[in-house]
Amino acid sequence: MKLSYWQSNLIILISLLVVWFIVSFGFGIIWSDKLDDFKIGGFKLGFWFSQQGSIYFFVLIIFIYVYLLNELDKKFFSSSSEIDNKEKE
Amino acid sequence: MELQGLTYLFVGASFAIYIGIAIWSRARSTNDFYIAGKGVSPVANGMATAADWMSAASFISMAGLIAFLGKDGSVYLMGWTGGYVLLALLLAPYLRKFGKYTVPDFIGTRYYSKTARLVAIVCLIFISFTYVAGQMRGVGIVFSRFLEVDINTGVIIGMLIVFFYAVLGGMKGITYTQVAQYCVLIFAYLVPAIFISLLITNNPIPQLGFGDKISGSSVYLLDKLDQLSIELGFNAYTENTKSNIDIFFITAALMFGTAGLPHVIVRFFTVPKVSDARKSAGYALVFIALLYTTAPAVAAFAKINFIESVQETEYQSAPGWFKNWENIGLIAWKDKNGDGLINYSNGNALEEVKPKYISERGQYGERLVANSPDRSNANEIYIDNDIMVLANPEIAQLPNWVIALVAAGALAAALSTAAGLLLVISASISHDLMKNMLMPNISDKQELFFARCAAAVAIFIAGLFGIYPPGFVAQVVAFAFGLAAATLFPVLFLGIFYKRLNKEGAIAGMLCGLIATSSYISYFKFINPSLNNSDFWFLGISPEGFGFLGMIINFVVALSVSSFYSRPPEDIYQLVDEIRKP
Repeated sequence: MKLSYWQSNLIILISLLVVWFIVSFGFGIIWSDKLDDFKIGGFKLGFWFSQQGSIYFFVLIIFIYVYLLNELDKKFFSSSSEIDNKEKE
Repeated sequence: MELQGLTYLFVGASFAIYIGIAIWSRARSTNDFYIAGKGVSPVANGMATAADWMSAASFISMAGLIAFLGKDGSVYLMGWTGGYVLLALLLAPYLRKFGKYTVPDFIGTRYYSKTARLVAIVCLIFISFTYVAGQMRGVGIVFSRFLEVDINTGVIIGMLIVFFYAVLGGMKGITYTQVAQYCVLIFAYLVPAIFISLLITNNPIPQLGFGDKISGSSVYLLDKLDQLSIELGFNAYTENTKSNIDIFFITAALMFGTAGLPHVIVRFFTVPKVSDARKSAGYALVFIALLYTTAPAVAAFAKINFIESVQETEYQSAPGWFKNWENIGLIAWKDKNGDGLINYSNGNALEEVKPKYISERGQYGERLVANSPDRSNANEIYIDNDIMVLANPEIAQLPNWVIALVAAGALAAALSTAAGLLLVISASISHDLMKNMLMPNISDKQELFFARCAAAVAIFIAGLFGIYPPGFVAQVVAFAFGLAAATLFPVLFLGIFYKRLNKEGAIAGMLCGLIATSSYISYFKFINPSLNNSDFWFLGISPEGFGFLGMIINFVVALSVSSFYSRPPEDIYQLVDEIRKP
């Protein structure tokens, strides 16, 4: 089965939003107290996720999305220069 | 050089840069004025977005708030950054592809309805004015603290500066001044943070330093902070006090609210290509994260430093910064037990919380207050949370130019946010209200003129808010985010991802989200503030977190109402297909 551009985009979106949810609402809030049993350096792990880690993951998620979508754009709209030119008009 | 002179020099130089940029980049058409001619590079737009986003509150108050709240403060850290993931993935690229000027533009066109556009304009103006009032006040406060001018004079100077570059330059002028403002504010935030991190933990990176050991001992900083907090009758610093459900809802309301804030969304209209909008959101979050990951470190350093340097010391031997900020009015000491020592613990030191100073001094030289002491606890100190950032350079014994830099940074943070907000207000009035609803026949030149007038009027109103601050400014911040989440986010999202949503659904959804959220917040904040605690909240959700529930209501209403009415016309299907292509 061949996926369309939009379907592939939705799959990427959903997978990344699942990660987004887990690192913030999951590790930072829901399971935060349980993760506090583990420590990295002086940080309790749950505390670290809620005040530091989640933010680093957010940045990572956006750049992964940028990379995957650029690849996808190339695959479906191969002459990407064409899009550029059209935009510049 | 004297501190006063240095501060004037730094603030004056930064203002000269902003004005210079405004003259260089002034707008010549509505396209320039609304979206900077779509010619902003993704990195520059990322910086501008970061400056736009980080307000006086982020710069001055957030670290202090986290120091006070401990782990509960995470709601702000996650809430005000996580929204950018939603923006980058769900909204920014598609709205950029749509390629118009404003948020109501998209809602009006996608839902083929002037009513929908009008509802969006009302939401936008309400959200943005709530927000801008606080900024102007912030400008005034910074002026009065660092330059010893009257708060109102400070507000007027701030108004004139913003007037100059927003009215002249529009989005183009604002964008490039915001780039400069970002550089000033981040430098001003990081320098003291790095030095205080070195001072306390010997680690030059604050983000790592606050998970490190206190220098010269084998105890981790956070463990020590937990232990001290418990000794003083607070909760452990690294543990929550709020319920998980409330934390969940507040974080979600702030995240979806962020993604729905018009002044942030329009920033992504200014880049040349769709792929740039995605990239730009990534850069914006990097620039924001630089401050947002430093803030909790500053909070922990400042808190431990504060406790260790004042707890049970004699007032006479308290550090110099303690007395400086007491003179400015952010600290007060009431010797409840008469032992001459400063005792800090949980609870309010004074009745009515805020100190009312009288002119006399006490036997140790402390400023006396008219308030009677709050006898329900042993705490003797009133501290304003803002002090955690403002006093940092003095605590870390940094030279005067760093203090001057912090003043310039705080002003940059307040002015950049104010300008961004004023622009979306003026654009929605001149473009959406005048051009698209009331006077469709005006030329581009006339529209540009109206846009400038609207910006001038908006600045004037914002200035009035700064000079005569409505008492409810602090309470209504929850409003801005709650309403953005409950009204704009769902219709923007569904407009892109669900073709079948028709105008009836969108309008009903926005109105229900608006009514539900504003009545819940007004009830607990204004009508019945005495009931504002978790026993009376619906499902234990505080007014700050209700915006998320408002958003769910909006979604449910929009989808169900939509199913009773006919499909949107065929050209809307084509429009959405077009938006989905890069």
